[in-house]
Formats: sequence, structure tokens, C-alpha cells
Amino acid sequence: MTLVLEAAVLGILTGGVYALMASGLTLIFGVMRIINVGHGALVILGAYLSFVLWRNLSIDPFVSLVVTMPVMFVLGVILQVVFIRPLKTDREALSVLVTYSIALGIEGLLGYFFSSNYLQITAWYDTASFPIGDFRITYVYIYGFLLCLAILGAIFLMLYRTTFGGAIRATMLNRTAAQLVGIDVDRVSAIAFGIGMATAAAGGVVFGITNTFNPGSHYDLISRLLTIIVLGGLGSLRGAIIAALVMLVIEDITAVVISPVWASFVFFVILVAVLLVRPQGLFGLRVRERL
Amino acid sequence: MNRLRDKRVLMAVGLVAVLTLTLVLPAISPESATTNMAVFTLMYVGLATAWNIMGGYTGYISLGHAGFFGFGAYALGLLLARLSIAGGYAPFLFVPVAGLLTGLMAAGVGWFALRTRAATFVIVTIAFMFMLQLLAENLTSLTGGGAGLGFPNPPWRGDFFNIPFYYAMLALAVLGLAVSWSIRRSKFGLGLLAIRDDEDKALAVGVPARAFKLTAFVISATLVGMIGSVYGYYVTFIYPQFVVDPLIGISMVLMVFLGGLGTLWGPVLGAVILEPAQLWLAYNYGASRLYLVLYSAVFLLVILLMPRGIIPSVRDLIAERRASAPAARAGAAP
Repeated sequence: MTLVLEAAVLGILTGGVYALMASGLTLIFGVMRIINVGHGALVILGAYLSFVLWRNLSIDPFVSLVVTMPVMFVLGVILQVVFIRPLKTDREALSVLVTYSIALGIEGLLGYFFSSNYLQITAWYDTASFPIGDFRITYVYIYGFLLCLAILGAIFLMLYRTTFGGAIRATMLNRTAAQLVGIDVDRVSAIAFGIGMATAAAGGVVFGITNTFNPGSHYDLISRLLTIIVLGGLGSLRGAIIAALVMLVIEDITAVVISPVWASFVFFVILVAVLLVRPQGLFGLRVRERL
Repeated sequence: MNRLRDKRVLMAVGLVAVLTLTLVLPAISPESATTNMAVFTLMYVGLATAWNIMGGYTGYISLGHAGFFGFGAYALGLLLARLSIAGGYAPFLFVPVAGLLTGLMAAGVGWFALRTRAATFVIVTIAFMFMLQLLAENLTSLTGGGAGLGFPNPPWRGDFFNIPFYYAMLALAVLGLAVSWSIRRSKFGLGLLAIRDDEDKALAVGVPARAFKLTAFVISATLVGMIGSVYGYYVTFIYPQFVVDPLIGISMVLMVFLGGLGTLWGPVLGAVILEPAQLWLAYNYGASRLYLVLYSAVFLLVILLMPRGIIPSVRDLIAERRASAPAARAGAAP
């Protein structure tokens, strides 16, 4: 029982990190109606950036976010302007191909510079732990969770308390109507993509401390993140956060009750089960989608 | 009228010429390096053509077809192992069985995946592919897991080794094209195009959308499964992450987009252009991870420069010429 409880607590803490990464992905979908298949690769890129700053300049990985988040934000804006904006026809399908190609390019570049050896960022808080009841929790999970909570809070504040956030929400609701009332949707899209990348950088740091990673790690990550945002309902931030927490708790419990090799499999089983009952996901609206 | 007949004759002659050329190609250039490239190019001609039946005609973008490819390969490998079939021509006889099994599996997958549309469908297919990869890795007693699954060794040696596989891939590519062509001309194909253009309207005018989509999905997956099974026998040893490879899944999609989505010959054209390029890049830069960067550059260039594909772009160009030619003549007349 202690094991299950421990797994549940750990699931919530790591779920917070997935919630942050998935919110970036679902935000990008909501604003642009594109699936960013490259999100996993950008998370891994974020992990590598922090790894380099930590290894070469001994900058604390969490502190390195001050550098990597703005860098990734700018990179996101550039990627959106260069590769996503020119797509006019068949946007949904072509954007998948474009973002997939970006993922391949990043994987190739990282492999070229760092080889495909597994790396991990280490810090004092990834081994130090404190006791809760019958088990101990490593500090990094708490710090990571708090960091993600803070960033998610900032995103929600921005979305619901600022004019620009209003513009983002308007674009998510109806792109054409937003354009008609004078919102520069191209600018909103570019910045939303940048925000998505910045969340990827933050998620990447925590991922890089709590997991070993190599350039190919993004496949596993993206399949989980995509499953989470479909379960939460595409374009729903709230849904993505809840789905991330629920999925990670279930995954971690499966790992201790059944076996770690089947943990990821639960993702797909739940995806199938939920889609049979609610094809639009937990919080998605049933919209008339067209390709 | 005359013009139409001329065009048909011309196309028939062209078709026969291309088919003859592909039939005798191994005789012209029997070196294994060339035939190896030809095997993979024909493989992608078949894959892209099969994908196009779902993605091009029906408009449902599946990124998970690599899952069917791998499933077909594992199906054949396991069949051959269980039935203790030795290497030779006999394994080719089981290719349709592997295809049939893949089709059955696709019917199950399609049954729930096709409850979703557009972006959700894309994601569900990606998830399905990774699920299959995970299954192949975890069901160690059945698939051999990460250690891989061996096929019986083909008995052919030297330059001849590739030839049986070349003709097997050619047969499957021709089969795929024949299926694609007959669907395009049928009422069923018309229904698929209607679903692509507006599924709700298609439903309203009486197209049995659910049955049609599922049928297209199963046909597409069956063809891909058969091609995957031949691939498995060709490489003789398969591993989960190399046979259920997302790169294979995305390559066939990109070829269709390059040639022309929803056209009969677009996938062929795309495969014939892209696959040799990919093989060349992998051969010359495969040692470093640089070939992935080059792939990605090629992919991005294709999408940004040719978003509508070669065949539709050329067709529009010709139509424009035709439309402007009489107008120019009329304008020139005083």
C-alpha cells in the first residue's frame, strides 16, 4: 500500500511537469490548429541547452532557465514565422509534416554534436530527499512541481488578466472573427508558438534531471504528450493539466503494481477507452472538424 | 474526341514502356547496389500508393501506417517460424496471409480510430504506432522483444539475391496501383472523395461514410502489411524500433504530398524522386547523424516549395496555358 501511495504522490509531482509540457502543446493547437509533433524534440533540446550550461559553466539547471526559456521563445517565434506561417492550404496535414521534419532536424543535430549516448543533468537535489510518512521524496520532484505550477500560473494570469491573453483566447475561439475585430492573428500565433517553446524548455530541465535522455528520447515523450492533449480535449488547457496528472498517477501505479515495462502501455489503453466513450476527449467540445 | 483518343493511346504506350523497363531493369543493371535501391524505391511506390487510398482519397491523414508495415513483417516472420518454412520462394506464398492478418488488425484499430476526425485521428494513429512498437518490444516470448526476430535465410547469393525481392515488390506496387486505379473509377472511390470534401454533407446525401472509411483504411493497411512482410524477409532480421519506424511512416506521407495528394500517379512520382535521394543521403552521411538533418532539410524544402504536389501544380500550369492561349490569339486579332 505504501508503494502505491508513493507511486501516486510521485505521479502527481511528475504529472505537474507533463502538465506544463502538454499545456504548451495544446495552446499551440488551440491558437493555430496545428499539431506540433516536434514538441518532444524541443523539450529534449531544452534539456540539452541546460545540460550544456550546467556542464560547461556549472550553472544550476533551474537557474539556467533564465537563459534557455528566452532563447527557446525566440527560436519558437522564428520557427513559426519561417515554417508554419507560409502554410496556406492543407494546414493541418502539412503542419504535421513540417513539425515532424523540425523534430528530425533537431534529433540529427543533437546526435551530431552529442552522439546518441544517454546523458543526465545532476544536481544536489536529485539525490537528497526528505521523508513523508513511510517513504522519502527527492527534492527535485518538489522543485520541478513548484516550478511548473508557477509557470502554469503565469500562463493562466497572462491568458485571463491581460489584453494580449484576451487576443490569444479570441484567436483560439474563432480565428476569422478575431481577425475581423482587429487582432493580428499572425503575431498572436508566433508568440503563442514561442510560449509553447518556453514551456518546453522548462519541462526539458526537469525531464533532464529526473530522466536520462538522448537525441531519440523525443519519440517516447511526444507520444505521451499527444495522448494527454487528446484525452484532455484538443485546445483545452484545463483538460491537458487534469489529463497529465491523472495519466502520470495511473502510469506510476501501474509500474509498481504490474511492471514498469507496461507502464507506458496504460496510456494507450486509456486513450482507446476514453475515445470509445467520448471521441472529443474529456474537455473537448464536439466541433465539426474538417481537414 | 480525337484529342482524347490520342491522349489515351499515348498514356497506354507510356504505361507499357515504363512497365517493360521496370520488368527488365535487373537485366540491364544487375549490380546489387542498383537493384537494392530499386527494391526500396518500389517498396515506397507501393507504400505511398497504399497510403494515398486513405490519406489522399478519403482525407484521413494517418501517421501510423508504419505500424501496419511492422505488423505485416512480424506476422510473416512468426508464420514462417511456427510453420518451419525454409528460405526460398515459399515464404512469398505467405505474404497475402500476412496482409490478411494486417487487414484484420486494421479493421479493429479503424473501428475505434475512425470515431475521431482530423487532428484527433492523426494523433490516434501516432499513438497506435507507438503502442504496436511497445507491444513488439514487450511480448518477448512471441516477438523476441528487443533481441529481434529472424526470418529463414534466403538461399540466393551474390547479385541474384535482390532479384526475387525486386519482383515481389514490383508485383505489390502494381497491385497497389491497380487497386488505387479501380477505386478511383468506382462509386466507392467517389464516395471516398465526397467524404474528403465534406463528410457531413456526404453522409447527408447517403454515402455510408463509416463503412467506406473503414473499408479504405483496411485496404490501405492490407497493402502496407504485405509490403512490410516482404521487407522483413528481405532484411531477414527485424527489430521493433527499426520495423515500426516513424521515419517509414512519415516518408510515405511526404512522397504522396510531393507527387500530389489524391492523384493516381503522384505517390509513384514522389517515391521515385524521394527514395533514391534518401538512400543516397543515408549511404553518404549515414555514419554521422547528419543524414537526419539533411532529410529534414529535404522534407522542409518539399513542403514549403511544393505544398500542393507536383502533379496538381503541373496540371494547373497546363490548364492556365490552355485557357490563356485562345485569349491571347483573340487579343492579337485586330
